[in-house]
Amino acid sequence: MSWTGKVLRVNLTEGTCKPEPLNMEWAQQYLGQRGLATKYLVEEIDPKVDALSPENVMIMTTGPLTGTMASTGGRYSVVTKSPLTGCIACSNSGGFIGAEIKAAGWDMIIYEGKSPKPVYLYLENETAELRSAEHLWGKSVWDTHEMLHKENQDPELKIACVGRSAEQGNLYSAIVNDMHRAAGRSGVGTVMASKNLKALACRGTRGVGNFKDPMRFLQATEQGKKVLAENAVTGQGLPTYGTQVLMNVINEMGAMPTRNMREVQFEGAHKISGEAMHEPRESDGQPNLSTNGACFACTIACGRISTIDPQHFSIKDKPEYHKASGGLEYEAAWALGSNTGVDDIDALTYAQFLCNEDGMDPITLGATISAAMELYEMGAITTADTDGLEIPFGSAEALVKLTELTAKGEGFGKVLGLGSRRLCEKYGHPDISMTVKSQEFPAYDPRGIQGMGLAYATSNRGACHLRGYTVSSEVLGIPEKTDPLTTDGKAELVKAFQDATAAVDSAGLCVFTTFAWGMDDIAPQIDAACEGDWTTEKLLEVGERIWNMERDFNLKAGMTAADDTLPKRLRKDAAKVGPAEGRVNDLDVMLPKYYEVRGWTTSGELMPETRERLGL
Amino acid sequence: MQIRIKLYASLSELLPQGVKAHEGFLLDIDDDLTPNQLIDQLHVPRPMAHLILRNGVYIKPEDRDRPLFEDEDVFAVWPPVAGG
Repeated sequence: MSWTGKVLRVNLTEGTCKPEPLNMEWAQQYLGQRGLATKYLVEEIDPKVDALSPENVMIMTTGPLTGTMASTGGRYSVVTKSPLTGCIACSNSGGFIGAEIKAAGWDMIIYEGKSPKPVYLYLENETAELRSAEHLWGKSVWDTHEMLHKENQDPELKIACVGRSAEQGNLYSAIVNDMHRAAGRSGVGTVMASKNLKALACRGTRGVGNFKDPMRFLQATEQGKKVLAENAVTGQGLPTYGTQVLMNVINEMGAMPTRNMREVQFEGAHKISGEAMHEPRESDGQPNLSTNGACFACTIACGRISTIDPQHFSIKDKPEYHKASGGLEYEAAWALGSNTGVDDIDALTYAQFLCNEDGMDPITLGATISAAMELYEMGAITTADTDGLEIPFGSAEALVKLTELTAKGEGFGKVLGLGSRRLCEKYGHPDISMTVKSQEFPAYDPRGIQGMGLAYATSNRGACHLRGYTVSSEVLGIPEKTDPLTTDGKAELVKAFQDATAAVDSAGLCVFTTFAWGMDDIAPQIDAACEGDWTTEKLLEVGERIWNMERDFNLKAGMTAADDTLPKRLRKDAAKVGPAEGRVNDLDVMLPKYYEVRGWTTSGELMPETRERLGL
Repeated sequence: MQIRIKLYASLSELLPQGVKAHEGFLLDIDDDLTPNQLIDQLHVPRPMAHLILRNGVYIKPEDRDRPLFEDEDVFAVWPPVAGG
């Protein structure tokens, strides 16, 4: 088995760290990471708990393939109840921290209660202790990394921590690891800060092994890597252009959310695209993109490492930002760019740097700033609300200043830190908030990609593309092309993507492998590593079980079928240009069928036979 | 007729010198030219012509061997790409 079989339980109220055995019966039903940690969570907390109270539990969790030589086997997740949405939160990150936790000998770390004073968890193999973080409180993610490396005299120490935004109560704060990878969505960092937990500093030297069939595992992972290398997407497209290659694709097909999703094409898309990141700039002849980067064990390497034009207004007098760091991925580029109407790639890169430096979800940040810009244009917000700032769509200066304020929770940034739903309600225009279950949309307008509308409306963590990425089929033709403008078959398509993704996440693998791998490529790797009989069929059943468990948690937390919806703008205001001209999202057509294929009642609840079939 | 050609990502190397991918270039074509014939004419290897849009709408593989262009169409091509 490649589970370590050990859980570290940290009681922050009492200041204790105790090992306990992993529930192996649950591991067979929920695999690991997202699924297994969610099982622990639903067993341990009241779904109605205040997410920012000591009664909430936060779990850092690895999968059975995390820390192994399986390609992309470096993923970890943070599972908790979200303060932004009130739903289940599961935020997934790459980098190196997940593999380090595993190499230290732990499958997951469960944090309970609340520390009376700021602390960080120091974890070195079997040694776990809570140490004072009072000197770290108020420091950025980047400073925290540097201080922990220095005071522990260990530059190889892997760190996951919160920045100033989380300490200030920003509801979409991330937990950033390895400087610029993040468990980004749903405010998991806010929960961490609410527990007075600043960081995890981890050193694992035990390695990861203990495979069911080591030779077969070597063969299966080698075969998997061959498939990734020979596939044009994972072998060439992603390393070269990263996720940002989608900027021009989605814009050309008229599904680019623009200016708070009022429009579906952005005239400046080419200036902030993956291709643009390769173009030399005038000032120093350097392109925005310095190099690509890989997470632990990844053979794709889609990460973007970038620099900002040193002459750009945002950093001209700030040499600390002249270094290369984690750059624009498509989601950040869209949210901070087309959705705010800003086509200044250096301003966007700076805003991305700030999101890394102080731990904010760039999707929700960009969407919230976009909503503020629309409220400003409507006159619902004036300079009296914005600390004197003029914040029209398209203003790079406004984007930069608002990001700086939000990162530190200062002035109007404190209000922006509430997210767009609460912002728009505060100023009397809740319809302007582009959210599902209080979480902001990612980069695909569902008027032009119908299945994504259903995926957003039914996502268990609010609007999200990573719960069921039907773009893969509807736009990119992976594994097979479907028509983005039709609703036919989309209920089944969304369910298939949701279940498969839950299984991939729970293995500790990156979902980007699925651009080349099918479940038939993944199952042999898990089966060779883990006790049990891990077939494609079993993985899909596990995925479906996880999805229904998450749904059940949300229903018990107070969500209803009425929350499986989209903002009025996307259901009533037709796209004005492009292939989707005249179209709205036809969620009403797809949702009843989706409930049916899920085995749910017409009010979106699990039928008794569905519970029984899945063992829930 | 005349249509606009856009080649994105790594295919932009096949564009005439100085042409930006998003702007593309205008090309006079015969009325009976098919998408696959155009792909060949542009020296794009067939396996690299993965995502092909006509005015933003995907051209299915089974439709690539019949004439379907109209004057002022925009024809955009990408190699196999993905993101998220």
